[in-house]
Amino acid sequence: MLGANGAGKTTLLKVISGLVPIKSGVVRLMGQDLSKYLPHQLAALGMAHIPEGRRVFATLTVEENLNLGTWGVRHKLSERQIRETKEWIFTLFPILRERRKQLAGTLSGGEQQMLAIGRGLISKPKILLLDEPSLGLAPILVQEIFRVIRQIHEEEKVSILLVEQNARKALSIANYGYILETGKIAIQGTAAELRENEHVKAAYLGGTRLRNR
Amino acid sequence: MQLLLEQLTNGLTIGSFYALVAMGYSMVYGVMKLINFAHGDFFTLGSYLGYTILVIGSGWVTRTFGLWGGIALAILGAMLGLALGGLLVERVAYRPVYKAGRLPLVVSALGASIFISNGIMAVWGPRFQAYPQTGIPSGTLRLFGEIYIPDIKLVTLLVSLTLMAVIYFIVEKTLFGAAVRATALDRETATLMGINFRSIILFVFSVGPALGALAGVFAGLNYSRIIFNMGWGYGLKAFTATIIGGIGNIPGAMVGGLLLGLLESLFEGFVSGAWKNVFVFLILIVILIVRPTGLIGEKVAEKV
Repeated sequence: MLGANGAGKTTLLKVISGLVPIKSGVVRLMGQDLSKYLPHQLAALGMAHIPEGRRVFATLTVEENLNLGTWGVRHKLSERQIRETKEWIFTLFPILRERRKQLAGTLSGGEQQMLAIGRGLISKPKILLLDEPSLGLAPILVQEIFRVIRQIHEEEKVSILLVEQNARKALSIANYGYILETGKIAIQGTAAELRENEHVKAAYLGGTRLRNR
Repeated sequence: MQLLLEQLTNGLTIGSFYALVAMGYSMVYGVMKLINFAHGDFFTLGSYLGYTILVIGSGWVTRTFGLWGGIALAILGAMLGLALGGLLVERVAYRPVYKAGRLPLVVSALGASIFISNGIMAVWGPRFQAYPQTGIPSGTLRLFGEIYIPDIKLVTLLVSLTLMAVIYFIVEKTLFGAAVRATALDRETATLMGINFRSIILFVFSVGPALGALAGVFAGLNYSRIIFNMGWGYGLKAFTATIIGGIGNIPGAMVGGLLLGLLESLFEGFVSGAWKNVFVFLILIVILIVRPTGLIGEKVAEKV
């Protein structure tokens, strides 16, 4: 999902995960109307929301942060499943294993983003809401994060709803895209279609001149 | 030497009351950002409940279950009563005004405080009440030939410190404790983890007042005389202890409470009893100026 600042991308994610009350319409996850559930119950239904700005618990250790990711599903997953998932997260982001005893607030921005993603993945979600994972990160880290996002989708078959400002990057890994303008979906289509759409090119991909640079 | 050791035990005893009450302040503040002014009155109410259990039927509990059995029942009864009382106050005085913002919540807390202390006065009367001598152990332990420590002080310290250790373990070492701390840091993200804010509220509003009640019963057992408005003074001191340790920080509240009790007793013993409250609140002012986040304040700055 792409859109300018203030288009309503983050708000939409918060509506889906129940943090912002719904005014009209219905949110369904695999056919279930989510309005029947309280926000904290959605993790158990298979939803993980990785919020904008990472929001790691700064004075908790990396390990405690990861463990809290299992809170909503602790009655559904076995100890062993959780341990295996944690191992898998440590192979995705080896730096987290090294820093597991460290307070999350002492990590760099990129490491915090990795932790935030790991904390979301550890609940073995069916759908991952990912809000601006590249925000404020160095290009090399952005590269790394996007590689892992693709990997999560392909290896674990997790559906991902990615909100991004970095339109070019997002369309390079997405299957399908939506353009949100002032709270409404203005354009939608496959990533390839959107990349060729004149309006999208002009408004979100920096115009043809920049693209050819 | 003797005076020093005596003041140290006195300081630890009163410090453990401050610490127990301070933990309740800190828990509630951490999760709700509310300074629960009613908390000192939970302490008083706990003390009166313990008193009632010990005097009912002119000492029936003590006669039936023995001296220590009676004390155990007084403590358990008061803690249980206040765990329920805390939940009731949350339900009646705080939950209806959560959405109204912080100021109405503070006003409501002040109202709850006045209501509870006046309720105590209405039920038990405005005069001092005394814990029954028959319900209080009179034995002493003799140490190093010249130091006498009353049994009740030893038990007070033992039970208080054990309970603090248990709470410390729960809050700092278990996943549930991590959930409590996470909720205090960032409630919205904690919700995304599947943490139910309501269950965290239930925890802080039952355990906090129960700890206050324990301190209240021990205060009655140690000093015998209790009065309906004593929660104000203890509450203020415990609040000072909370600030010293760093508000919202539970280990900090324990350390702050014990430290404040020790400093207060040493000052009382060696400098001046009359000026001890001045000294205590001077510490508060100095901490607020020099280290407003408390001695055990935020461990790391949050990166954005």
